Amino acid sequence: MAHPTVAVLERHLTLYKRLWRASLFSSFLLPLLFLVSIGLGVGGYVGTVEGVSYVEWIVPGVLASTAFQMAVGECTYSVLGEFKWTRGAHAMFATRVSAWDMVRGWMLYIVFRVEVAAVVFLAVVAAFGVLASPWAAVTLVVVGLLAVAVAAPVSAFSASIDHDSYFALLFRFVMIPSTLFAGVFFPVEQLPALVRPLAYASPLWHGVELCRAATLGVAPPWPVWVHGGYLLAFGVAGLWWAAFSFRKRLQD
Amino acid sequence: MFGLVAEHQPLIHARGLVKRFGEFTAVDGIDLDVEPGEAFGFLGPNGAGKSSTMRMISCVSMPSAGELRILGMDPVREGPAIRARLGVCPQLDNLDPDLTVRENLTTYARYFGLSRAQARERAEEMLDFAQLRDKASSKVEPLSGGMKRRLTIARAMVNEPDLVLLDEPTTGLDPQARHLLWERLFRLKQRGVTLVLTTHYMDEAEQLCDRLVVMDGGRIVAEGSPRSLIESYASPEVVELRFGSEPLEGFVERLSGVGDRVDVLPDRILLYAKDGDDAVSEVHRRGLAPSSVLVRRASLEDVFLHLTGRTLVD
Repeated sequence: MAHPTVAVLERHLTLYKRLWRASLFSSFLLPLLFLVSIGLGVGGYVGTVEGVSYVEWIVPGVLASTAFQMAVGECTYSVLGEFKWTRGAHAMFATRVSAWDMVRGWMLYIVFRVEVAAVVFLAVVAAFGVLASPWAAVTLVVVGLLAVAVAAPVSAFSASIDHDSYFALLFRFVMIPSTLFAGVFFPVEQLPALVRPLAYASPLWHGVELCRAATLGVAPPWPVWVHGGYLLAFGVAGLWWAAFSFRKRLQD
Repeated sequence: MFGLVAEHQPLIHARGLVKRFGEFTAVDGIDLDVEPGEAFGFLGPNGAGKSSTMRMISCVSMPSAGELRILGMDPVREGPAIRARLGVCPQLDNLDPDLTVRENLTTYARYFGLSRAQARERAEEMLDFAQLRDKASSKVEPLSGGMKRRLTIARAMVNEPDLVLLDEPTTGLDPQARHLLWERLFRLKQRGVTLVLTTHYMDEAEQLCDRLVVMDGGRIVAEGSPRSLIESYASPEVVELRFGSEPLEGFVERLSGVGDRVDVLPDRILLYAKDGDDAVSEVHRRGLAPSSVLVRRASLEDVFLHLTGRTLVD
């Protein structure tokens, strides 16, 4: 008998079948635009960063931030809607599907989406010859981990709010600052020492550094297990929070 | 039917069941037993505690006090195991609007652990049951209210549940859609499916329920078959008298003693009597000339209004 988690994943995939073409197109177009405008445009002025060309330096950052933005974006309105508008979560909860099954099925779906986008992205940039090391394949593991570390707490947040206006706060105070200051476009050492810990706190920074180490074939700034462990801890805590807030919303 | 519950164990067993939300007590100590094969109804005005009771039975709301067993299991510890054998049709539709009618059924079947082949097979059966075969490949969004309800009920049946819970199944539907839905539910009843439903429509309760309870203010105020409730709480016949635009209070005294009870409504007077025609003769004998007279059999509505009062509950 199929595990209820699998049934939840299947439902999300069935829904995804309706829009995969549009989403696949945007998942490769958007990072490409970024690379061309910032990598080639800005890169022409910057020259090299940490000993490599700016395009090579920025590729892993854009990859990680694509995963990050996808994880945030997919887990806001769609999650709130499951509880508030379509009430799909209530429908599932009337069966043998538990809150944990819903969280796990949803996370598997998000990881699937992020992996597809990452594969497309890597294929595109590989064609431009900006992946220096075969270790680049490891980024697929990193973005999967990053996706859960971000998607789990964001889903928990989305399931705990009553109104979608809270998303504006999430976008303004979490998503955009993370994207701008977590080492995607410039090394965090450029930041004043006082605000650097904020970058260290963001799961995105750890994802970016691991991806960069992989595509350049060098060691990351902190030991791999610290970066990886941070993402893992963030993800596990997020999963518990998500299961808690899903259940709280569905059961009284 | 599973041997476990087929014997002498009721499907729903509640003693002193209470649900509180902070200071507010929604369900105030009710006792219930629903046996396999029964069609059981909760009748009551808005806010009577029907939906809170239903939510506890469907294991999505935890009792605040009292005893509750569903299918012989404890809803607090065995929620998913119980829900696996329930069919729930909620008050608010929660179909997947972007999936097709068929996909809604197969997806839901998978939640219960049916194999893909079983899910497809079951979905086809349910398409026929819900009379939605020609809509199978249509998305849910554009369907009419009645079609969506039928699909929701069909979806609730997809796991061949031991117990089907319907929370106000026909609220908001037009008369044709309601009658079609009743006919479908009647069919389930004939197949021996145990139905538990809430409603504030008297005709619905009379049509579908073998037994029902009337709830008011979180308590059960009456229990029995529709017929026995009418016999205990209303007289066999009711005479409705209208007197044009004259104030009705003036007639009450002149009608005293006619029938068992007199009830004044804003627009008419109701006389509860064993024999309606006798009561009408008596009204004429007393020299009263109502502008219209209607003799009818007492209905559950008379019981309901008698028990829960005429104050509007919003």
